[in-house]
Amino acid sequence: MIKYIFRRIIAIPFILVGLSVIIFSFTLFLTPSERVAVFINSPDAFQYVDVDELIEQYGLDKPFPVQYANWAQGVLRGELGWSTSLRMPVSQVLRQRIPATIELMLLGQIVIIVSTVFLGTLAAKKHNQWVDNVIRFGVTISSSVPNFVIGLFLLIIFYVGLGWFAPGRLGVSAMDAVYSEGYTIYTGMHLVDSILNWRLDVFKDALSHIILPTIAYAAGPIAASTRLMRSSMLENMKRGYADTARVIGLREKTVIDRHVRRNALIPTVTFMGLLVPVLLGGSVIIETVFNYPGMGMFIVTAAKGLDFAAIIGASLAVCLIIMIANLAVDLLYGVLNPRLRQD
Amino acid sequence: MKIIKKLIRQPLSLMGLLIILFWITIAVFAPLIAPPGENQDPYMMIRHSYSTVPTAPSEGIPFGTTEGGYDIFYGIVWGSRTAMIVGLTVVTLASLLGVLIGGIGAYAGGTVDYVTMRVVDLFMSIPFLIAVIVMTVVLGKGLDKIILALVVFSWPDYARVIRSEVLLVKKQEYVLASRLMGGSHLRVFLTHTLPNSIHPMIVLVSVNFGKIILIVAAMSFIGIGTEPGYADWGQILNFARNWISGIPGEPFKYWYTYLYPSLAIFSFVLGWTFLGDSIRDIMDG
Repeated sequence: MIKYIFRRIIAIPFILVGLSVIIFSFTLFLTPSERVAVFINSPDAFQYVDVDELIEQYGLDKPFPVQYANWAQGVLRGELGWSTSLRMPVSQVLRQRIPATIELMLLGQIVIIVSTVFLGTLAAKKHNQWVDNVIRFGVTISSSVPNFVIGLFLLIIFYVGLGWFAPGRLGVSAMDAVYSEGYTIYTGMHLVDSILNWRLDVFKDALSHIILPTIAYAAGPIAASTRLMRSSMLENMKRGYADTARVIGLREKTVIDRHVRRNALIPTVTFMGLLVPVLLGGSVIIETVFNYPGMGMFIVTAAKGLDFAAIIGASLAVCLIIMIANLAVDLLYGVLNPRLRQD
Repeated sequence: MKIIKKLIRQPLSLMGLLIILFWITIAVFAPLIAPPGENQDPYMMIRHSYSTVPTAPSEGIPFGTTEGGYDIFYGIVWGSRTAMIVGLTVVTLASLLGVLIGGIGAYAGGTVDYVTMRVVDLFMSIPFLIAVIVMTVVLGKGLDKIILALVVFSWPDYARVIRSEVLLVKKQEYVLASRLMGGSHLRVFLTHTLPNSIHPMIVLVSVNFGKIILIVAAMSFIGIGTEPGYADWGQILNFARNWISGIPGEPFKYWYTYLYPSLAIFSFVLGWTFLGDSIRDIMDG
């Protein structure tokens, strides 16, 4: 297992190089003068210099490998270019936006795993009874509603109709509190920071803003993973070890909670790992619908404003997040399945 | 034929088939159901006015107009054509590409297989939607560019599935026999290996059809996709975003701007989900 994890960590730089080549090769579709933005990190560089000079300075008329090497050197120093749509360096935007998206994603994953375990176990326990049928039907329906339609209708019901929740990330007063003196920003995730600063009003406000996007985010994945969890539970309930546990005299509840569920979770965890790219892709839509300022909304703003440096920087960041998440899932396997730890 | 018989017998798949047939009929007869004006590009929505405010359904405009005076009914009818065309083109091209690349890789084995699979891994580690957005932005607006971007990033899915199938089939005795009888690699690959490993593709194609439509709708919905006014469900819903709050006292005044396009997208995808799920169940035994 340790050897396997070690191999995975070694592979990360290689994958990153491959991905960055794919991402950077997109810039080949652009003219050199459009490409300049990817290399520049402050507006001054734009103002006092001739574009032709810049093209020469960054070697934009040179062959692809040379350009890639120049760009990659900058990236390693944390320079991702100048975002023309938000008027600041891409790296600075990402520092603000990544925690917002991660906060949404983590909360989404928690909601997904809790509801999956609950619904999947329930459906399997009541196999072919009405509870099971209701869950199965609900799962099929909710996997067909696009997340932006769910988001739109959540807004219509809970914002327009009932006035309970609002779009955005924080209300005005909470925003003031966050940027006031004496409030330390530890992680950039408001839910965590507000607890650490012990400002429950900010926590409440942040929670009321993040609830709707989380539901819209999680609805589709919950459907898919519940289906998986249910069939995996049913399969494990028929296995020999479950019968053994019953013969020993354990109660059915203990058999299911302690033995069957733990084994049934393994394919579900694999699925959770595969979900990370899906969720990050979904954040593009969900964040736009709810006006939630994270990476996804940044990508959309950048795409609409033809802000190439931002798009390329953001895609790179997204790939990095996915790779870290995949590594985390691999580690989780070891925790869940002792058999994997041995070899 | 057996599959079709089984599909008709199950209530869910029958419903799926009926929904899809309904949308195919609408797409085919679009010029009769919602005739375009003269000298007008039929794929651009009819505009009744340049008004920024939606107008309620009335005589001749059954679903009302959305922001910009666009006819919602016309947009939904012709939008079904857009959905069908995009879905069919992308699924056909991507599966062909995937089958060729994945199939050849698996048949050749060794380094070729290893390299193709690492490329597949690379493509699959970028979120699909983000990759397609990036590529569309770089290429410029328009349906043809979206189709190209979708094909470029959806073939790896097919390549992976066909690979595992070809790996099984190529060890079968009839493949060996055909080689021993002097069949060339090309002949063995095309006439024996491929036809016997193609079955799982049917499931993947039917599941992916709905997914592709979702992605296209999502892209138009966030405003990166077809040009403004193109008959496309996601775009009608994008126009509706400004009107979900209604006016004070009447929060649901503009219900027609979002209800109809949402129903169209939902039912279309539901149809493909029902069908895809049932085909998978039948194939699994």
